[in-house]
Amino acid sequence: MNTAAATRGGSRMRLRGLLRKEFLQIVRDPSSIAIALIMPVLLLLLFGYGVSLDAKHVPLALVVDQPSAETASFTSAFTATDYFNAHYFSDLPDARRAMMTGQVDGIVRLRSDFSSHFHRGDAAPIQVLVNGVNANNARLIEGYINGVWAAWLATQSQQTGQPLSIPVAMQQRIWFNSAVRSKDFLVPGLIAVIMTLIGAMLTALVMAREWERGTMEALMITPVTMPEILIGKLIPYFVLGMGGMALSVGMALWLFNVPLHGSILLLFFCASLFMLASLGMGLLISVVARSQFVAGQVALVATFLPAFLLSGFIFDIDSMPHIVQAITYVVAARYFVSILQTLFLAGNIWAIVIPNALALIVMAVLFLAVARKRSRKRLD
Amino acid sequence: MWPRIFALALKELLAMLRDPRSRFVVIGPPIIQLLVFGYAATFDLNHVKYAVYAEDHGAAARQLLADFAGSPNFLLARNIDRETDIRELVERRDVLMVVHVGQQFSRDIALGRPAPLQLIIDGRNSNTALVALGYAQEIVNRFNADWTETHGLTGPPAVIQSRAWFNPNLESRWFFVPGLAGLIVLVVTLAVTALSIAREREHGTFDQLLVTPMTPLDILLGKSLPGVLIGIAEGTFIVLVTIFWFNVPLLGSLLAFYVGLLLFLLSAVGMGLMISSLCATLQQALLGTFLFMMPAVILSGFATPIANMPKPVQWLTLADPLRYFLVVVRDVFLEGSSFGVLFHQLWPMAVIGVVSMALASWLFRHRLY
Repeated sequence: MNTAAATRGGSRMRLRGLLRKEFLQIVRDPSSIAIALIMPVLLLLLFGYGVSLDAKHVPLALVVDQPSAETASFTSAFTATDYFNAHYFSDLPDARRAMMTGQVDGIVRLRSDFSSHFHRGDAAPIQVLVNGVNANNARLIEGYINGVWAAWLATQSQQTGQPLSIPVAMQQRIWFNSAVRSKDFLVPGLIAVIMTLIGAMLTALVMAREWERGTMEALMITPVTMPEILIGKLIPYFVLGMGGMALSVGMALWLFNVPLHGSILLLFFCASLFMLASLGMGLLISVVARSQFVAGQVALVATFLPAFLLSGFIFDIDSMPHIVQAITYVVAARYFVSILQTLFLAGNIWAIVIPNALALIVMAVLFLAVARKRSRKRLD
Repeated sequence: MWPRIFALALKELLAMLRDPRSRFVVIGPPIIQLLVFGYAATFDLNHVKYAVYAEDHGAAARQLLADFAGSPNFLLARNIDRETDIRELVERRDVLMVVHVGQQFSRDIALGRPAPLQLIIDGRNSNTALVALGYAQEIVNRFNADWTETHGLTGPPAVIQSRAWFNPNLESRWFFVPGLAGLIVLVVTLAVTALSIAREREHGTFDQLLVTPMTPLDILLGKSLPGVLIGIAEGTFIVLVTIFWFNVPLLGSLLAFYVGLLLFLLSAVGMGLMISSLCATLQQALLGTFLFMMPAVILSGFATPIANMPKPVQWLTLADPLRYFLVVVRDVFLEGSSFGVLFHQLWPMAVIGVVSMALASWLFRHRLY
């Protein structure tokens, strides 16, 4: 009994020693502080401003073959709105050339028979051409043009007193983000993408460095056990990583004005689970790779792009083929993105938070357990 | 000079390909990533789950709801008969959208009044919401046109006839898959070049290289050749998969693609070497690579258009080689423009490549750790 107590006491002492060593190492080589605190701020600053899906001032060509009162009222609707930056072109070939060289993203053309058709009330054609290379943008532009057209028809029918015969009118209610600000969902997603990297990178490098410099062998001849080494590495980087997380969340709230409808405590609880999972992934990478060089390469290839493309941060997971959806289950960022978007925009919805948080716990435990299993006190 | 450079390049290639872990990093992930991301990266939605809350079951309502059910973009998940269910379904993400047909629907249509069709949609990802609403609008527009025609009503006095150039069905996969060529090649080339000099430094073998008859320029060229070779091999592989697996049309010339790829690799390798020569340790080199790569990818116009960015951020992207290469690949695949149009994308990459290479070689000579 006495010896067991002594070992436990010794374990605590050893752990304290390791932690002290790790903290000193962090303070003396400030690069990990740079990774944990400065990098997220820099990246979020850049991306928070840079990443947006809200197209405004889309360059648009207007071609009117035969001007009349009707064409003037229609085209003025385009020059009046914020969504378009409309320019008049004298003829279609001119406008086509502008679209070829990328000066405009779309063309709206009214042929010479527009007015005569319009007065007869038989579907005067409005020709719309969009550059479809960026399909999403093209759809957005078509939607905007559709909106301008519908509003113009409504005012026309009011002025002429002729009722507008539209059988069904769509009324849309967009919940949780009624202003359709893409930043409100992109910024929380960016936090998940950035912190995946930070977490994995923090631990991926340190373990590999110990192996490469031979200091791991020095640690091995001490009474320190492998779990103690891993925990000794995990705690300081967890603290650092959560610091970066707090900074990012603060920026989202006060710099980018993303509303937070859920509880901030719950947010940080889930964030700490996510941080454990990404630190665990970093540990696993470093334990498996053994050399800093390969660990770095793996961290480059295996963390950033999956978190960017497979997390649901920007691309809808439900629309992916089933095999790809199955792969997204091993991307920790996926669960965190879902939690963040829900907590920020919708509130504490337990039906979303609990399963995703459980998945994060499973991933953290899994990564750490495999890392523990793969790292033995052994010289190869 | 050249035999020495080739010898160094060969050594680099061998060192990379003989270590099984390192070899896997260069060959495995790009293939897997291309296939996975090729399917993942799209804004098109299919089988969007929606629920129907119908308070009216007249002929018009039934026909409209059948149009929704028949669309490949939508998947009917649930019929509900209480308004209170809507909130729960949407909040829990069981459905993305609820289609609500009000009690007055049939009467409004019969009276010739616009009958409201209410769509409640989850805006947590507002882009997904907008795309889904766009699909719904198309269905409603088609229904309106059909209904007007079959019931002999007068349609609107003006109608839109829309057509998309270069991508008639607006498949966003055509936009993203060619773009992946840039992304994957950039990540792999950086992983190969940026870390290699830092590693030699940390192992002390860099000093040994310096006392050989090789000039710093020789070392630089020898270090960059493997990156360029691997980049060309991977670029070729990605183009083949894009054409034959994803069936994206190739309208332009492959010559333009390879000129673009070569200049892009030159600039990517140059950036990698510059990062490498600025950093003393491997950890710093990795940090530098990430600090360059993440903005280079996220601000390249790969997913979100550069035109939407604020002006200062747009100026920053001018130094991003991926920005230019993405325009080149997308143009080569979908538009097939002449060299004259692409020239404006090609020369900035050459400038970035030459400047970064020159800086890297200057840093080698003036910064010995």
